[in-house]
Amino acid sequence: MASLLIKNGRIIDPANRIDRVGSVYINEGKIVSVNDDHAGFKADKEINANNKIVCPGFIDLSTRLREPGQSRKATFASETAAAAAAGITTLCLQPDTVPVIDARAVAELIKDQAEKTGYMQILPIGALTQKLDGAELSAMVALRDAGCVAVSNANQPLKSLLILRRAMEYAASHDLLLIYRPNDHSLANNGCVHEGSFSTRYGLPSIPDAAETIALAQCLELAELTGCRVHFGQLSSRRSVIRLHQAKKYGLAVSADVAIHQLHLTEDDIIPFDSAYHVLPPFRSSRDRETLNEGLASGTIDCICSDHQPHDLDAKLGAFPETEPGISSLETLLPLMLKLVYDGTIKIEQGIAALTHKPASILGLERGALTPGFAADICIFDPEQTWEVNSENWRSQGINTPFWGMSLKGRVTHTIQAGKVIYLQDRK
Amino acid sequence: MSNNLQLNSEGKLKHFLTIEGLEKQLLVDILDLAESFIGVNDQRIKKIPLLRGKSIVNLFFENSTRTRTTFELAAKRLSADVLSMSIATSSTSKGESLLDTIRNLEAMYVDMFVVRHGISGAAHFIAQHASKHISVINAGDGQHAHPTQAMLDMFTIRQFKQDFSKLRVAIVGDILHSRVARSNIQALNTLGAAEIRVIAPKTLLPAQVETMGVTVSHSLADGLKDIDVIIMLRLQKERMTSALLPSESEYFKCFGLTPERLKLAKPDAIVMHPGPINRGVEIDSKVADGPQSVILKQVSNGIAIRMAIMAMAMQKQESFDG
Repeated sequence: MASLLIKNGRIIDPANRIDRVGSVYINEGKIVSVNDDHAGFKADKEINANNKIVCPGFIDLSTRLREPGQSRKATFASETAAAAAAGITTLCLQPDTVPVIDARAVAELIKDQAEKTGYMQILPIGALTQKLDGAELSAMVALRDAGCVAVSNANQPLKSLLILRRAMEYAASHDLLLIYRPNDHSLANNGCVHEGSFSTRYGLPSIPDAAETIALAQCLELAELTGCRVHFGQLSSRRSVIRLHQAKKYGLAVSADVAIHQLHLTEDDIIPFDSAYHVLPPFRSSRDRETLNEGLASGTIDCICSDHQPHDLDAKLGAFPETEPGISSLETLLPLMLKLVYDGTIKIEQGIAALTHKPASILGLERGALTPGFAADICIFDPEQTWEVNSENWRSQGINTPFWGMSLKGRVTHTIQAGKVIYLQDRK
Repeated sequence: MSNNLQLNSEGKLKHFLTIEGLEKQLLVDILDLAESFIGVNDQRIKKIPLLRGKSIVNLFFENSTRTRTTFELAAKRLSADVLSMSIATSSTSKGESLLDTIRNLEAMYVDMFVVRHGISGAAHFIAQHASKHISVINAGDGQHAHPTQAMLDMFTIRQFKQDFSKLRVAIVGDILHSRVARSNIQALNTLGAAEIRVIAPKTLLPAQVETMGVTVSHSLADGLKDIDVIIMLRLQKERMTSALLPSESEYFKCFGLTPERLKLAKPDAIVMHPGPINRGVEIDSKVADGPQSVILKQVSNGIAIRMAIMAMAMQKQESFDG
């Protein structure tokens, strides 16, 4: 395999506390060194990253590619192309595919398919229960052996707290990570927006923040009881951040992520009845959003994920409550993270850490850092380049995003996976 | 919102979907035009040729005999051709097939849809996707809006009370599920009512309801003090099975409007109800049929108001076409 030199870029590698202009040397798909003077290094290829930022490739903890099973919405090919253009080199796939990732064969099928059609590392998350029915445990060890990095019941409810307790005990016995989106389904009551002034004004079925915080509190109690490692996915409410902060202080082995759009939008931003804003958990109050941002800045929230959910047009065509929830969000991930940096909410190394070495360490991956010997997964981006979210610049098959038509700052120019350039911005 | 969607480029009414975002003057114009139509209903030949040659389709995805009938009569008195369709929602639960229904009817050269649907936002959705020349009137969508009901309520209040700025209005009952309450609150605020009070147990109030510009009371005894207008809401039976209330009799005990309770309001207070009423559940028959009740007046006024709204939405079309 060829050698590669990336020079003149501003290297930001939070895991190794690097933030300086320099070079990255890559050979045989692995990082050789960062910024050492390799006078004898003969690169087959050089990338001049002048005025650009060079960082580890992004690791997305929650993605739907819609394959297998829903290729009318999106495909491995379309979504991995979108992910590559977004600087992502590792994707975690939620288990709610069709069929569900609850058996070795499905996990292997996904890995095979991904290798054939995709560009990047696709890591399936195994189903916690068979068919995600919330009642019977899946074969978690077989799923792990087939490459699943964690177990989760996606957005499906568990039949009882007893089932959750047993699933957590079993997962803990095999040192498996549980990824849990806290949501009490009975309190959520088929709602589609946050319970607050917006739901009241428009008479829309609503979800109180307590639907999340109660489920979170229950799971924290069970984490202590069972010793299971838990990662909470897609937190949306202020009180979840407060609870999580307390739990971490107390010493529980828990972590959390937030979907990138939750850090930007609130119920007040929803254009009434515009299904592009239909997402779960729903956009909450401005106070919730502020606390989520504070939680990210303080490290209470560890990671940012895309929570990418591409849809076909029909899925979003209808009266708001009848449309399918979810946002196509791979390609806005970086510019929306950078917006938080430009707004002064977080420092750039925090934003990059939340997309790289933090998710890597939660999953136990030797990735997400430019450490010598690690796979050379690298994202190079131009922090100043502005672009419009439109069909010319968009690769995902799902155009369901509330940011459509907006102008965003920050664009990936190169994505490198294991030393191979998998995306190169086409400059017109 | 929906200013752009409801009004054409000249600021004239194109669709009538919600009270929200409409100017006070537009609401007053509707009331004034409705007043001029009141006479038509008393004539021997109850017809004026304003909408002759126009085709109106009543699309009712939810049953309502009364609302559909008044819309039908209103259209006929304006000399329009009107067709009423009751459509089982099961066959159009997906957005695409709802659109298919709309496209098919459009292909028959329809000028206006009057839509009632069980899902909040359905009328907006149809207005957004219907052909440019078609007007959409919302006859009730989910728990969101019922703007023609609100306008006929405002019309009735004006008949009896004239000046909105001095009025204290109580809305009693299931605010949470009521599109009538939401539209009435918005209309009363736009017309400058002095106070709007919602009276209900917490289980029947939406979150942060005070952000809609109302005061809140959980007791009929306290809430009716100094009130000029009482709007009672219908209580659906399914509220008992979903653990929102223990029983009809306990609800009546706490929130039922009896002659004794009515005395707590101003002596000349009027009693309204969007119908159909549940006697002995939210209102005592003696009140519903009593001298302070204007419930049947509301029904009659419904025709004139709907004539006015249809005529105004079509007027825009004349100038739009020509």
